[in-house]
Amino acid sequence: MSLIVKNLTVDHGAIRAISEVSFTVETGKLSAVIGANGAGKSTLLRTLSGLNKATEGSAHWGEHNLLHGKPESHVRSGVSHVSEGKSVVAELTVEENLDLGALWRRNKKEAAESKKQTLELFPRLGERLGQRADTLSGGERQMLAIGRALMSKPNLLLLDEPSLGLAPLVIEQIFQTIRGIVDSMNLTVVLVEQNAMGALKIADTAVVLNLGRVATSGSAADLIADPAVRAAYLGY
Amino acid sequence: MIQLLNTILIGVTSGAIYALMAMAIVLVWRSTRVINFAQAGLALASTYIGYEALQIVDNYWIALICAMFAGAAISAFIEITFMRILLKHTSSGPIASVAPIIATLGLLGIIKALITMIWGGQDAVIKPPLTNTGFSIGTHTLVFSPMKLAIIVSVALLVFVFSLIFQKTNIGLALRASAYAPEIARLAGVKVDLVRTLGWALSGASGAAAGLLLTSNGNGAFSPESAEFSLLFISGFIAAVVGGLDSLVGAVIGGIFLGLITAFVLMYISGSLFFIAPFVVLLLVLFIRPQGIIGVKAGRRA
Repeated sequence: MSLIVKNLTVDHGAIRAISEVSFTVETGKLSAVIGANGAGKSTLLRTLSGLNKATEGSAHWGEHNLLHGKPESHVRSGVSHVSEGKSVVAELTVEENLDLGALWRRNKKEAAESKKQTLELFPRLGERLGQRADTLSGGERQMLAIGRALMSKPNLLLLDEPSLGLAPLVIEQIFQTIRGIVDSMNLTVVLVEQNAMGALKIADTAVVLNLGRVATSGSAADLIADPAVRAAYLGY
Repeated sequence: MIQLLNTILIGVTSGAIYALMAMAIVLVWRSTRVINFAQAGLALASTYIGYEALQIVDNYWIALICAMFAGAAISAFIEITFMRILLKHTSSGPIASVAPIIATLGLLGIIKALITMIWGGQDAVIKPPLTNTGFSIGTHTLVFSPMKLAIIVSVALLVFVFSLIFQKTNIGLALRASAYAPEIARLAGVKVDLVRTLGWALSGASGAAAGLLLTSNGNGAFSPESAEFSLLFISGFIAAVVGGLDSLVGAVIGGIFLGLITAFVLMYISGSLFFIAPFVVLLLVLFIRPQGIIGVKAGRRA
């Protein structure tokens, strides 16, 4: 299974948000999508998870057509999206946020197993199960958002700026956790990030978006070495 | 002393009924962000259905449950066939904020016309199952009666069942998540359209119970023109606003609060202020604490 995006174009009313974007992510790989604010990164993810409608092009996860159907049906096909800005329900407790991700699952035994795994991955959440999500620190909320997505037993995980608003040390930790999830669970991840260096360091491949178009793409290591990318996105 | 006791008990009884209507309004507001004016008509229609059920089963409490199921069904039907389509078509533009309000007002008219067509304009009577003659303390007879006690107990029971549903079940978790953060709920796999319909159904059930119990708080007579039913919606709305419009606990507290205020005005100041008191409460709350007396954070609307 792989994620294949071809000539994807998305409009917000009269404004073209992304234009003819194409890339492929092989199964079990982590692909970073980097670019400046307004480059269309979030729109790309939101279209893949069914929140936004595409104007043209195609996007498939294996056999599954991502441009067809609602987010709630994509989740059932193994596609989980952690939207921008710590995607947790602030008014619910930590445990309720986790359970929310598995509500649709019929097999409650498997869901309980997912919960156990998630809490092993994020032991801090286990200590705070009864607390409301808005009492967590920024890093913990991001862990909870990722944990909620993992509760849906995804095989394709779409992460929108997990580093947003976090302290450098916490960002480092979150990035290492994401890399760990990819390796241990054989997950495929699309990681949208403004923190280009941090994302490229843990990614296998990367796509650079500029004003809604693919500026360049390739292996993460090659892009880090590319002088043009360094100058434009890494700042040195 | 007796008068104080009377005032408090009457206030709590009417307040309990307002609380049910406030819950109905809050449930729709939370799931759809619409104030459903048709709820006044919905409660009335459900009460008529309860009245018909009573003729068949001859048991008030079974009739009450029938009315609640009918209210739930009608409310869900309105959401699926009418509101969902309307909101989709008017989601943007200058009309977006008023169209749903006008539409529910129109619905109210339609429902009331249908009721008059089916049941006529005269009074129907649902005989209260218990006496409305007050309890006695020594030589004093209270206004508070076994029927009023039964109303309070019924409302307490319903609030308890609702809070169990919301706090302890998966459906409740889906309802709360969809109310607070619909997008995250969808991303987590919750079928928000279905959950929205369910919210409307629970609202319809709550409003139906308010309608039927309201008749039993008086002599049991009601008609499409009953002032009590129009006032029920207004009181429920004010109670919901007092409670912060987003909170079921707030709706219950707001209802009881409003019931007590109006009872005190009625008993201690003047009966002629009875209809004005709720509006004064509404204005005071809007001026002083527009987020409601329950300390719900303002701002979160997602």
